[in-house]
Amino acid sequence: MADHAPHPSQGWTAAGYVPPVIAAALFVIFLQALPTIAGGGTLRYGFSWVPSLSVDLSFFIDGLSLTFALLISGIGVMVMLFSGSYLKGHPQHGRFSLYLVSFMLAMLGLVLSDNMLGLFVFWELTTITSYLLIGFSHASENSRRAALQALFVTGFGGLAMLAGFLIIAGITGTMELSELRGMGDILRENSMYGGILVLILLGAFTKSAQVPFHFWLPNAMAAPTPVSAYLHSATMVKGGVYLLARMHPTLSGTDAWLWSLTIFGAVTAVFASIMAIKQTDLKQTLAYTTLMALGTLVLFLASPNPYAITAVATFLVVHSLYKAALFLVIGCVDHATGTRDARRLGGLMRQMPVTTVAAGLAALSMAGVPPFIGFIGKELLYKGGLESPNAGPILIAATLAASALMFAAAGIVALRPFWGSADRMPDPGRPITEAPWPMLVGPVLLSVLGLLFGLAPHMLEVNVTTPLVAALLGDPAKAKHLHLWAGVNAALILSLITFALGILLYLLHTRLRDALEAAGDRLFTFDGLWDGFLARLGRFARWQGGLIQSGILNRYLTTVFIVIALGLASAMIHARMGPGPIAVPKPEFKHLVVFALTFAGTALTIITTSRIAAIAGLGVVGIGVALIFIVFSAPDVAITQLLVEMLVVVLFSVAALRLPVLPRRSAPRERVFHGIIAATVGTLVTLTLLGVVSEPIDRRLSDFFEIASYPDAYGRNIVNVILVDFRAFDTFGEVSVVAVAALAALALLRQRGKGGRS
Amino acid sequence: MKSIILTTATRIIVALLLVFSVYMLLRGHNEPGGGFIGGLIGASGFVLYAIANGTSEARRALRAAPEQIAAVGLGVAALSGLVPGLFGNAAFAGKWLFLGATPDSKGFPISNIIAFDIGVYLVVLGAILTLVFALEEEI
Repeated sequence: MADHAPHPSQGWTAAGYVPPVIAAALFVIFLQALPTIAGGGTLRYGFSWVPSLSVDLSFFIDGLSLTFALLISGIGVMVMLFSGSYLKGHPQHGRFSLYLVSFMLAMLGLVLSDNMLGLFVFWELTTITSYLLIGFSHASENSRRAALQALFVTGFGGLAMLAGFLIIAGITGTMELSELRGMGDILRENSMYGGILVLILLGAFTKSAQVPFHFWLPNAMAAPTPVSAYLHSATMVKGGVYLLARMHPTLSGTDAWLWSLTIFGAVTAVFASIMAIKQTDLKQTLAYTTLMALGTLVLFLASPNPYAITAVATFLVVHSLYKAALFLVIGCVDHATGTRDARRLGGLMRQMPVTTVAAGLAALSMAGVPPFIGFIGKELLYKGGLESPNAGPILIAATLAASALMFAAAGIVALRPFWGSADRMPDPGRPITEAPWPMLVGPVLLSVLGLLFGLAPHMLEVNVTTPLVAALLGDPAKAKHLHLWAGVNAALILSLITFALGILLYLLHTRLRDALEAAGDRLFTFDGLWDGFLARLGRFARWQGGLIQSGILNRYLTTVFIVIALGLASAMIHARMGPGPIAVPKPEFKHLVVFALTFAGTALTIITTSRIAAIAGLGVVGIGVALIFIVFSAPDVAITQLLVEMLVVVLFSVAALRLPVLPRRSAPRERVFHGIIAATVGTLVTLTLLGVVSEPIDRRLSDFFEIASYPDAYGRNIVNVILVDFRAFDTFGEVSVVAVAALAALALLRQRGKGGRS
Repeated sequence: MKSIILTTATRIIVALLLVFSVYMLLRGHNEPGGGFIGGLIGASGFVLYAIANGTSEARRALRAAPEQIAAVGLGVAALSGLVPGLFGNAAFAGKWLFLGATPDSKGFPISNIIAFDIGVYLVVLGAILTLVFALEEEI
């Protein structure tokens, strides 16, 4: 079950200590922006990147982006410290650290980017780094499948989002998110609003794993535990929530926004909470509670109500703190015992007291028990539901169900492994001990913060939630206060109901799990649908490939020449080239000789039954062409033609002479068909050439080269001067193609030589 | 199939072809010739050698692997294109130096252009020989 075997302890390497140092430095830098943002200001930095496409690297810091940046870099420090110890001695530790740091930078870019295309680039970078991290144990097929699934699902959403961005930019004329904030009315009244909303929601819902795109997230738990803690709970999956929050001022306020977010969020939250109870792997339990949190955040972003938005701001932070802590706790447990199975773990309190305390504190915040910040978060959610005019009952019902199930899940994760009985514990073959300090710093600090913010909510309110609400609603005065004790009100009563339900669910959870397990087998799974979709896609690709790629050279050539004929014919029709008077110049003797030679070569190629004679005949045609160049005084082209022709004959002979002897010529019908194609192409090419020659030739370029060749480039051979000086960059492209083509051919031939059929 | 006549004649012809290919390369700027043509002639020489003596002999005569020659050629062409950048010109611009120039004579010209053409020569030579040798050996 463990995704990681413990390694002999070694000293800390650069792969271990560099990442947390980078993250800590970034965290300190972002902290310095805090006073400005808390004071109601915003910051913007930028420089041009691709000005012709209005792609800029511009960064915008307001309450929303700063909160995310602090979470990403702050939790980054903890997770990177943790993984430095967790993966110590792993042969690919360096690679892991590189991926993790790259991810962090991409994620920071995503939340700080002001330019929509810049945001898209960073968005896709997080997708790619997430792919690499999920597939880190690349020897496991399960990991590879999960990585690819996450890549496809979120990559698809990213492309939809890009399309949405482009439409927005087309309507408003700006790529900068900070400028879009005031343009909401233009977009909401535009007829494309529905399309934009669907595209943006596709991006957000795939990234934040909303039902029915949720299935990749539980599978992504194939990644090492620090990755799950960091990407797939605290940061990356919140990318979709960030997008919705960022777009809130621009796109919200319509019924379409309200109901789509409400329905998808509510379904995700409730579905995920039920699934969380069903899991036996603790990591899977946490994955589903993450889904539940994401659903809740989406649900509450639906409403423009200040309470709901304040609740989003608070719950965002609350969830990141306790969820990252709990994932890291599970990592510690897994590290020490080698299992994450909820049915077997128990009684770890004595061996792992510090982990137990961290788990307990984080779980209490998750369960929403006072005086933890989780309680305040939950109260605000209820308050937001009570204050929302339209979807209020749905909000309250979904929150109640999800919070009660979350309470039970907190118990499963934090109570059972530490307090329960140790009878069914597997023997890890070594004494179970506390994890080393770098692994404990994260869980302890994060869970203590949950308590600290609960006792002093003012700290969080001033620095985080108020600026965040201001960023969404445009006015810091709309932000609601965070209170631990708000008097006896409806929200408090709902909280008490939650606790009662939660305790009941916890006591019943083993029975519930069995019932769900039995029911689950009869239900279809989204995972299965996905596999079916991929299989069908593969079948379609095979069918289509077979249709286009027959593998028969004859057919390819027939297709090529028919397309040439059609192209020429349509060009002639388009240019209205009639069969008008064609001035055929009076042929000289040398012209007739060249014609006779070329004609003889062609005739030989067609008539002969010997392959070598046919190749020689083709060579003769080539020499005839070279002679044409000489007659019309183009020696460079003629020499090249002659040499190429010679080499082609050699290459062709080498290949063709080893083919089996043809038993008979092709059927007469086929020959007639090919003859018609050949005659058509020949006639059309001749007519085109005559048409081209009958027009006056534009000599401006030739004149320029003739005049400039010697004075500017010191060369009298214009062809060569053009090749190596005036058009040197083109030539460089051509020789690159030549070199790459040769290497590709070499690779193909070598593969065949090894017996692998291509 | 080994022909004593072909083998004997090849010795002289190949030598002539190779010298001729370099000649064509160097004179290319003013007379018909240049890197493409020179490379083709040089490749023809080695192809002839391979036909007469077999590819393993031809590979030995060539000393370096043909794909490496092509890669080096590409590198030379790219570098010569980047040199003008050092003088603040656009990439692939021609830079000339006339050694020992006097008012009467323009001196001995050298430029990044000839380096570029040598790169082209090497790519063409290497690429064609890569193909021919591989075909001869694998089919």
